[in-house]
Amino acid sequence: MKAITSPGMRLASILSVGLLCALGAFAAPARAAGDLPTITAQSWSFNGPFGTFDRGQLQRGYKVYKEVCAGCHGMKFLHFRNLGEEGGPEFSEAAVKALAAEVEVSDGPNDEGEMFDRAGRPADAFPSPFANAQAARAANNGALPPDLSVMAKARTGGADYLYALLTGYSDPPEGVTVAEGMNYNKAFPGHQIAMAVPLFDDGVEYTDGTAATLDNHAKDVSAFLMWAAEPKLEERLRIGLRFMIYLVLLTGFLYLAKRRVWGSLKH
Amino acid sequence: MAHESTYKPGNALSKWFDDRLPVLRLMHDQFGVFPMPRNLNYLWTFGGILTFFLVVQVLSGVVLAMHYVPHESMAFASVEHIMRDVNWGWLLRYMHANGGSMFFLAVYLHIIRGMYYGSYKAPREILWILGVFIFLAMMATAFMGYSLVWGQMSFWAVTVITNLFSSLDAIWSGLGTAIVEWIWGGFAVGNPTLNRLYSLHYLLPFVIFGLVLLHIWALHVPGSNNPTGIEIKTKSDSISFHPYYTVKDGFAMSAFIVLFAFFIFYAPNFLSHPDNYIEADPLVTPPHIVPEWYFLPFYAILRAIPDKLLGVIALFASILLLLFIPWLDTSKVKSARYRPIYKWFFALFVISGLVLGYLGAKAPEGWYLIVGRIATAYYFLHLLVIMPVVGWIEKPTAMPGSITESVLGKGAGGGTPKGAAAAPERR
Repeated sequence: MKAITSPGMRLASILSVGLLCALGAFAAPARAAGDLPTITAQSWSFNGPFGTFDRGQLQRGYKVYKEVCAGCHGMKFLHFRNLGEEGGPEFSEAAVKALAAEVEVSDGPNDEGEMFDRAGRPADAFPSPFANAQAARAANNGALPPDLSVMAKARTGGADYLYALLTGYSDPPEGVTVAEGMNYNKAFPGHQIAMAVPLFDDGVEYTDGTAATLDNHAKDVSAFLMWAAEPKLEERLRIGLRFMIYLVLLTGFLYLAKRRVWGSLKH
Repeated sequence: MAHESTYKPGNALSKWFDDRLPVLRLMHDQFGVFPMPRNLNYLWTFGGILTFFLVVQVLSGVVLAMHYVPHESMAFASVEHIMRDVNWGWLLRYMHANGGSMFFLAVYLHIIRGMYYGSYKAPREILWILGVFIFLAMMATAFMGYSLVWGQMSFWAVTVITNLFSSLDAIWSGLGTAIVEWIWGGFAVGNPTLNRLYSLHYLLPFVIFGLVLLHIWALHVPGSNNPTGIEIKTKSDSISFHPYYTVKDGFAMSAFIVLFAFFIFYAPNFLSHPDNYIEADPLVTPPHIVPEWYFLPFYAILRAIPDKLLGVIALFASILLLLFIPWLDTSKVKSARYRPIYKWFFALFVISGLVLGYLGAKAPEGWYLIVGRIATAYYFLHLLVIMPVVGWIEKPTAMPGSITESVLGKGAGGGTPKGAAAAPERR
């Protein structure tokens, strides 16, 4: 074990560990910038190196999105076909077709040069609730409802933040006045959010026996948004595990080879 | 180290080839039997690791470029297209993004190693200077690459950094503004800016590649420095590159890739900022504009100086000064291992860099600003005053007579005449 105990190795490891800690320290404050309230970490099925999405949860989450969020928020990077893809809600092919057919899509021009409406197909993107940003603002008291495609990766705290936000509505504390048209929210930076309380108990009907509580609605739609932002998460973790096993073994063998080669040499 | 070629073509074909393009001879002489100091520690493995990351970045980048669209209204969407619809696109993008971070982690360790062991001192000054140029080119490439995502942090980082040149208005009114508009290709950061950043982001890695070849060439003239800073004197001081350092570098590289893979598969977005998943919006400024972690020390230096122009000068000086350290360091001894005073100042220098990195992510106010100014002052004091002065006054500790003596102890070959000691391979 001479190589391990050599001063150079020690120095190398101290420097690497030091730089890594610094790296972590840089990254952490960079994300914590702004006076964000503390977000409680939830236990998600997709947490950790062996995480997977809960299909039922994603399917319920899609229902919550469609029936509540989609009224104001688009998801322009999502297509109906994604709902049937591996690692997602995994709706059946027929279900994906049916879900897509629920929306009307403007297509064309046809052979006569006219635009026409048709039922949606799996290849279509999720419809946008507003024609443009100006229309969205006009309908929402001046506020622009952001696109939710990558929302779970665009906020510090990810799915935990979204859950905290959706369950964070309350009456303002003593002495805090909320501006006209705004709502008090514990998790939102600045605590004043334009979005009105979106979810409440029995707000969305569940058909799989899950209790239709605010808490479940918020959890399910947060998980759905996490999948929407990172649809290849399961594939990533699956390949990551195999690659890690291979790589750690390779590193071990290379270490043995190194010891063998250097063994005959005094160093 | 320049040495006589020992390559012997094994057959008629390699002989024929060798007479026309002796590339096999080059590989044999420079990477096969090339004499290396026998006492290199693991800090000497980062050269190989860095070469690996240059290749990773170029290969993943070339494929990403096949799917990326450098247009202000399509860039962000094309990145999402890569993440969602391109086969293995998520893997390529996470490799490329985290590969940049690993590239910088390795280069910082490589630079710190070079500074601690005096690898910049004669006869390796040009080697060092080429290294500083590579570092500069890496910074430019990384900055441009980050902008291509066209998220909020990309857009505002480009705005802030290109705006640094407007500080020249303080020298000659209008000069800075003219330069900034020339860089932007307009009156604001927009599509022309994105297009040129993309073009240069694709160009610069090949410039780096050329600089790396020169860097290796300049390395192979004097040969590698080593932890004692004493040059190879006798045959027993050296061992051949292959198999000793191929296997050692291979092991270190593989271990480093474990770290790389950890970030790719388990924390792919940890080192970047969530705001960059928000599409660029010229009308909305993020509350805190922070660069990627590897630029934070320099960002802290920029913000530690109250005057804009002087801040920009300090920023560039903090890197360009490194070009002169072969002459700023007046010590006769290369390795800080034998420099009882300088050793501690050097540790302080590394700490000041880490502190600056930490502060780069904080708002420059209150204690953060005061500490940032102290660390900035020390950074420059170290390079401009401590390096020359300590070199003059310091009395180095006892050094071994040779590399062999440092490894095997006194009287074990330090004075052995050249060629007398058996080849270490046969020991």
